[in-house]
Formats: sequence, C-alpha cells, structure tokens
Amino acid sequence: MNSFHRYLLKRLVYVLLNLVGLSVVVFCITVVLPGNAAETILGRYATPENVATLERELGLHRPHHVQYLDWVAGFVTGDWGTSFRHNRPVFDLVVTRGIRSAYLAVISLVAIVAVSIPAGIIAAVYSESTLDAGITGLAYVGISVPEFVTGTGLLVLFAGPVWSVFPAGGYTPLSAGGPVEWASHLVLPVITLTFLSIAHLVRLTRTEMIETLQSEYVRTARLKGLDERTVVLKHAVRNGLLPTVTLLAMNVGYLVGGVVVVEEVFAYPGLGRLLVGAVLHRDIPVLQATVLLVAGIYMFANLGADLLYTYFDPRISYGSSAR
Amino acid sequence: MSKRNHSVVRDEEESLIEVESLTVTYDTPDGDVHALRDISLSLDRGETLGIAGESGSGKSTLALALLDYLDENGRITSGSIRYDGRRIHDLSADELRALRGNRLAHVPQDPNTALNPALRVGEQITETIREHTDKTTRAAQERLYELLETVQIGDAAYTADQYPHELSGGMQQRVLIAMALSCDPDLLILDEPTTGLDVTTQATVLDLVRDLNESFNTTIVLITHDLSVIANTCERAMILYAGEVMETGSVSQVFNSPTHPYTQGLLAAVPRIRDERTMNSVPGRTPALAEIPEGCVFADRCAFSTADCRTAPIDMTAVDADGEAPHRTRCCHWEDAVSDPIEPETVSERTRGETSSDESPLLNASNVTKYFDTPTFLDRISGGNPPVKAVDGVDLSVQRGETLALVGESGCGKSTLGACLVDVLERTSGEITFNGDRLADLRGSARDEFRSNAQIVFQNPHSSLNPRKRIGDQLHRAVTTLTDLDRTARRDRVEELLDHVGLDSTHAARYPHELSGGEKQRVAIARAFAGNPAFVVLDEPVSALDVSVQANILDLLDRLREEYDTSYLFISHDLRVVKHSSDRVAVMYLGQIVEVGSRESVFNPPYHPYTRALLSANPDLDPETDAERIQLDGDVPSARDPPTGCPFHTRCPQYIGEKCDRQEPELTPVETADGDTHHIACHLSADELEDGLEL
Repeated sequence: MNSFHRYLLKRLVYVLLNLVGLSVVVFCITVVLPGNAAETILGRYATPENVATLERELGLHRPHHVQYLDWVAGFVTGDWGTSFRHNRPVFDLVVTRGIRSAYLAVISLVAIVAVSIPAGIIAAVYSESTLDAGITGLAYVGISVPEFVTGTGLLVLFAGPVWSVFPAGGYTPLSAGGPVEWASHLVLPVITLTFLSIAHLVRLTRTEMIETLQSEYVRTARLKGLDERTVVLKHAVRNGLLPTVTLLAMNVGYLVGGVVVVEEVFAYPGLGRLLVGAVLHRDIPVLQATVLLVAGIYMFANLGADLLYTYFDPRISYGSSAR
Repeated sequence: MSKRNHSVVRDEEESLIEVESLTVTYDTPDGDVHALRDISLSLDRGETLGIAGESGSGKSTLALALLDYLDENGRITSGSIRYDGRRIHDLSADELRALRGNRLAHVPQDPNTALNPALRVGEQITETIREHTDKTTRAAQERLYELLETVQIGDAAYTADQYPHELSGGMQQRVLIAMALSCDPDLLILDEPTTGLDVTTQATVLDLVRDLNESFNTTIVLITHDLSVIANTCERAMILYAGEVMETGSVSQVFNSPTHPYTQGLLAAVPRIRDERTMNSVPGRTPALAEIPEGCVFADRCAFSTADCRTAPIDMTAVDADGEAPHRTRCCHWEDAVSDPIEPETVSERTRGETSSDESPLLNASNVTKYFDTPTFLDRISGGNPPVKAVDGVDLSVQRGETLALVGESGCGKSTLGACLVDVLERTSGEITFNGDRLADLRGSARDEFRSNAQIVFQNPHSSLNPRKRIGDQLHRAVTTLTDLDRTARRDRVEELLDHVGLDSTHAARYPHELSGGEKQRVAIARAFAGNPAFVVLDEPVSALDVSVQANILDLLDRLREEYDTSYLFISHDLRVVKHSSDRVAVMYLGQIVEVGSRESVFNPPYHPYTRALLSANPDLDPETDAERIQLDGDVPSARDPPTGCPFHTRCPQYIGEKCDRQEPELTPVETADGDTHHIACHLSADELEDGLEL
C-alpha cells in the first residue's frame, strides 16, 4: 500500500463516518419533530385508536435505537422504505427524480467550466483591454443578481407573452418527447443555475491568472523564447487554475442546493422538488433518503476536488507531509 | 572547441554585446525614475564579466535589459544594446523570441520560484530545445541527458522525471543552468546564481560556470552582490551603484588596486576566511531611485567627497588604458583614494565575555532531539514514513558571556536546535537547563522570566516584523510582555532600545517597509533585547542583508553582548562571518554535532572532514589564489532516512570503509598544534585528520 492508497483509504473512512453521523442526526430530527408519521399519514382520520394501530404496523412503537438500526439495515440493502405521500418505494422515487436532477446539475457544471475558465483566461491575458472590461463587467452583474431573480427574469422574458421561446416549466422525458423537447425544458433552469457560479469563477480565474502571469516561472518560460500561447496554456494555466478547482468543487455543493430553488421556480420534477415536498408533507422516508444522498454527493465532490489537485499541483502529495 | 573557432574568427573585430550609454527609465506614479544611467560595456566572445552591486543598484534590471525584457512601465530612453551588431530593442517580437533561450540565455536568481512547479524538469528543458531547433523528440531527449551530464547531475534519467520541488536548491539551479545551455547560447547571463545556496553547493556551481567558459567558450555575465563570487570566476568586473557604473576593469585591477572609494568599501566589507583582518561596512545606505542626488551618486556615503562632487555629473575616467582591460572609474578623487585606500582593519583581539571555566554553564542541553512528522496510529499500522530526525541527540552548553557559533549546511537542523534551546519549538526529548533550572520544571512567573531571559532573532527581518504596526508600537509591545515596567518607564525603555541599536526616535513612528534591511534587523534585535536577556539565539542574523551592512550588524551585536552581558548562540552557514564573531564553534551535520571547540581550534587543523570541506568551499577575495576546493558529492541525505554509522560517511572525502558505515563515532578530544583541545566525532586518528588536502 503506497502513501496515496493510504490517503484514499483514510478519506473514505472519514466520508463513511460522516455519513453515519449524519444519518443519526437525520433520524433524530424525525424523532424530535412534533407529530409522528402515523399522525401525518392519517391526517384528519387520526383518532387515537387508528394512530396506535398504524404505529404498530409501521414499527414506531419500538425503541428508537432499534428503529434506527432497522432503518440503516434497510438502507444498505436498498430497501429505503415507502413514501407516505407517493405510496411508492422511496428507492425508485429517488432514482427517477435523481436522474432528472443529475441532468440539470451535470449540464450546469459542464457549462460553468466551459464558459468561465476560457473567459477568465482571456480576461487575464488581455487584462485592461476593452474585452477584459466587458467580461469583468458582465461578471459584476452576475455576482450581484440572486438566482430567483435570474430565474423569474428569464421566465418573464423567454417564456412569457413577449417571446415564448421556451416552456415555462415542467419536464418531458427523453423517451416521450425526443431530445429537442427534452432539452427545451432544461435551457432556462441551466442558465439560472450557472449564471452566478460563472460570474464567481470568471473573476477568480482572472485574478489568479494575472498573478500567475507575473510569476517568475512564467518569466523563465518567456525568456526561453516560447511563444505567448505556449506560455499561457502550458505554463500558466495549470498553476493559475488551482483555486478555480477548489471553488468548482464548492460549486457542486452549491449546485445541489441551487437545484432545489430552480426546480421550484421552473416546476421541474427533480430531487429538489421531491425534497421540498417531503418536508412539507412530513414524508419522512423520502426526506431521510434525499438528505443522505445529497450529503454523500457533496462529500464525494470534495474528495474528487482534492484528488484533482494532485494532478494540477504535484507539490501536493497526499499521505506524506514532506515538503 | 574546434567547432567554435570559425565563429571566433568571423567576429574578431566585433563584440558580441555592445552596450552604449544606456539609460533605462521606469514610469512610476511619482514620475520618471532612471533605474540605469549611462551604462556602457562591451563583451567579446568567450569573455566573463562579473557585475557586482548592492540591492537597489540596478544589476537585475541590467541583466533583463540585455534580453530586452523590462517591466511594462520600463523602457530604454537613450543609448543602445547591440547583439552581434543588431540593436536588440529594435527587433520584432518574433526575432526577439528566436534569440531568447537560444542565443541569449538567462539563469534567474531564485531557482525555487523560477521553475514551473507543475512540470517535470526534463520537459522544461526539452521544450526549449524543441522550440529553437528542429530536433526530434528523441534527439531532444538525448540532448537533455547530455546537458544534465554537463551540469554534473548524476542520474540524468531519474532527475529529468522529477518535479522541481523534489530537487534540492543546488539541483534546481543546475537544472536552470542546463536549460540555459540547451541551445549552446552565445551569451549566458547568471543573475545571483548562488545566493540561495550553501557554500558547498555554491563552490560546485561556480566551478561549473568556470568550466563552461573554458570548455565551450561561452560568454558569461555573472551578477552578484558578493564580490568574492566574482574573484575566482570572472576575468572582468564591473561595480554598479544606484544605477551607474562606479568602476570597471579586469578582476585583478578592480580587486587588487581598486580606485573608487565604493569599490574599496565593498571589498573591505567582504568577510574573509584566510585573512586575519576584520570586515568593515560601508556607511549610509543606497539612495532610493526617486531621490538620486545631483553629481556623484555616491558622494553622500563617501569619505573623500568634496563640494565639487555634488555639482555636475561625474564622467568615467581612465585609470589605466594599457592594462589587460581598460580600467575606468567614476570618481574625481580616485588618486586620493588610491594613495590612502579604505582597507579592512587589522583585527584587534576579540574581547571575550567574562568567562571562567569552573563556573556552571548558563545553558546546558543534553541529548536533545526534535522529530518532525512522527507517524500517527493509522500511519503506523499501514507502514507509514519514519519521522524526520531534525535534531538527533545533541549535547551542547553555552557559557556565560560567550558567543557559541553553530554552523552547517541548510537542512542540518541548526535552526531547529536553536528554536528548541529557547523553547520556541517543543523538543521531542532531552533535557535543557537554564541557570541551573530544568526548563521542563518552569511554571508561571519562572517561565515568564525565562521567556524574557532567552530570546531569538530570526534570519529574515522582512518577514519577522509585523508590516502593519509601527516600529515603536512593536517594541512597546515587546517591552510590555517581557518586563514589568510601568507605563512611563516602558516608553523610556523603547527610546533606550532604539538608541542602543543605533536608531533614533524618528524610527519609532515608521512602518517596517520604510526601513532598509539593515535597519529592520536592528529593530528585530532591539525587540529581542527588550527584557535584558541573558541568552539570545541569532538565527542567521546577517545572511539576508547586503554585504556592505553585515559588518555593522555584527559590530552592534558584539557591543550589545558586552553591554547587556548576554550570551549568544550564533547560527550561520557562513564560516567567514563566524570567524569574526564567535568564541566557540559547533559544527552540525544531519542533526548531530560533529565538531565543537574554541574558534581557534576549529579553524585550525586537525579538522573534522566536514569542517574541512566547509572551510575550503568558501570563496576567496584574491583573484590569484586557485586553491583546490574539496567537492562534496551530492546533497545532504534526507533526515527521514539518515545513513547508518557516521552520518557523514556517504559524502566524506576521507572515508575509510566499513567502520564508518556501521559505527557511529563519538565526540572525542583532539589537540591542535597550540595545545588547544576540541572535540571531533570521527573514526580517523588525530594524525590522519591532519593529512589530506591543504587549505
């Protein structure tokens, strides 16, 4: 086992410990919340007798730690319980909705990388020019507008009475409506979701690249007689993008959160809406599963970013603290 | 050599580089600033020129101007630079690119920041080759190995595959030199190539530079603040001050018969190892570029200056037009300077602190260790790395009133040991007693008292002072924490401290960036003395400073030691500095003390083989000496995995075999010719230690 494997193992153990801790917290919340699942399900038919019967059926009468262990055992074997509200297995529900949200998140992430990094680099290379002023100006606007404003604005402009270019909301599966129909539902949510992140990343990339372009090793590269293109793309970018990678990883977490807001605005039936619905209707099995899933994604995204670091900066060698 | 002959013949009449009354101007918010003024120089193929000057003299600007690489706000406002007859600053960007890295190569100052951290060093060299030649990838690879061999990198294939941070400073510098040599340049510009390096590495890099000139006839411009670097490496020398040439000529002219008061002052400031004379400093400081005085730029610091020095600009005067090289100087009183030169003073016997040997030591350390990176539980069960043994079982004592010097290469653990002795760094094991009290037992007020009594001054005053606080406030803070004086007394104490370190009360209101390097170090020293310390660790107190002010600081430290009756642990990598400012010397290698004794005994035979190598690596100011230097093979081994037996056996020039590999030598008493006893950790007998290379 080399030091890298050791490091990876250590990190995976930490992720697991975090998830276990989180699952306890999530479980406790459902216990502490006023009113239990039986009451919620029965609603206005909740006579004390009915509640007691249902509690016995759901196993809610057992001690909390037994309930917890039972739930965990079910979770790892794929039995995530049944949604009170949808009356379907939680697993199926989360997977279907999760895939829809994943479309949104992955396309957004790709868009963020594809737009912000080149724009930031261009702004840095031509810093103080009109081009730079334009990019930086747009970025300023971007960081000052929150996404519910962007989302509503886009809806009014492109899905309203003026130009009805895109559908105002909803979702059509690929199999049902074909790729164009499918994509048309994604355009406005993706723009809403990426606008702020792109603005942040452009500004960061620009600043870091300007600094890198003034570093001594870039001077060395220029004094070797390399052309500016090679100097920028080969020598500066790998070092200048380091902070961008960190911010990108943080953005994955942000995207997951942003999805909740954006799915509400565009009535997009993804994980976010599922989560919001679960909270509103006390659909506890769904709530537990979604929260754990989102947290897991967040932790693995951070781990991925740290590993990506080693590629960009060989000085960071995990597992040994030798300089 | 032969392949170069035709070019030598062709260019016989034309210089390779011709700089004519060059002025470089920077556009600053405060108006134009002339960083270089009236610089002329001409270099023939195969010549070696050393350019020396203090920080702020414009030497790096000149180096970059030769490649037409100035900052965006810099430009050449008059004069010209010609390479092979073509004006460099008239070339198009593409023409310039074709020259840079190809015909004109530059080796930057700090190898640690000058190499791209994200690319393997081999790639960084071969990309230069591919840029300027039409060599195939394979041919470029072969050339790479050839280059690495030229710069004496043993395992070329392995090294080429490393990232810069995996190499030592000396190796990084060699990689940069290999990179510069990759296309057989006509001109090699080295900007402070050895400044960050140990003396031992410096010696090998300088030897390499000399070899390059001899075997490839490469024209070399070597820029440095340390005159001794030039003495044995270059044929010609140029002294730069505040953007002007003060003196220029052959190395022997400039070094043996300096005519400019500034040159004389600089030479007197260089610490000498083979000379009993002490070093002086040049009074005053280099003027900021925005406030260059009228007339002679050096007049304000010059002992010979008169009123007429300050009226009109001074021109260069020929001193000796017929010598080996034109010897010229920019001084109207050079004849006076020659007849009554500034010279280093003959050393008066060092006044040693009041020590009597029967008194108990002020500080005693026994079997002190400091390990970094001790493995965690998880590391241990999965077979992690062993710890780094930075200090590995050191016994050391400091007597009252003495200066104990601690010397060794970087990475030997000397700074770590220093920090452990004043408890700034927690030791892993071992016992330290101070004034007879065990450090581990000190609690509460006794501990506070120890803190006031044992202080440390760090190497780099630029980073050890808080940039956002005024000098007075920083000192006031130190006085508050280290003494129990009342409010008014504290203020008086700050004034007194400033006065003791040669600053005045006007400095109290200033911020660190408004002070020169020497002034900042004075402040750092004042801070350490705030609580009347009995013991101060000086961690390389002068190595970040210009040669011209080093002597000043050393004098100051000596004076304070007497005034405050303080003992020093003087940490330094430079034996030349130690020679003039210590009573006893301890030599450290890989976390262990290998030799310790009085200054006289350590600087005279018999030596520990390591001490001998350190001594011989020091450059000499005399251009004529050509003493054989002892070359140490390779770098200091990793303290994570130190060699078995004697730690030095892997690099020892006097290695005697198995015994060295297996058995760790102990410090044993050895007598010098004068009957002085000192302790050496080596398996060789006293007679064997005497043999070998002469210094």
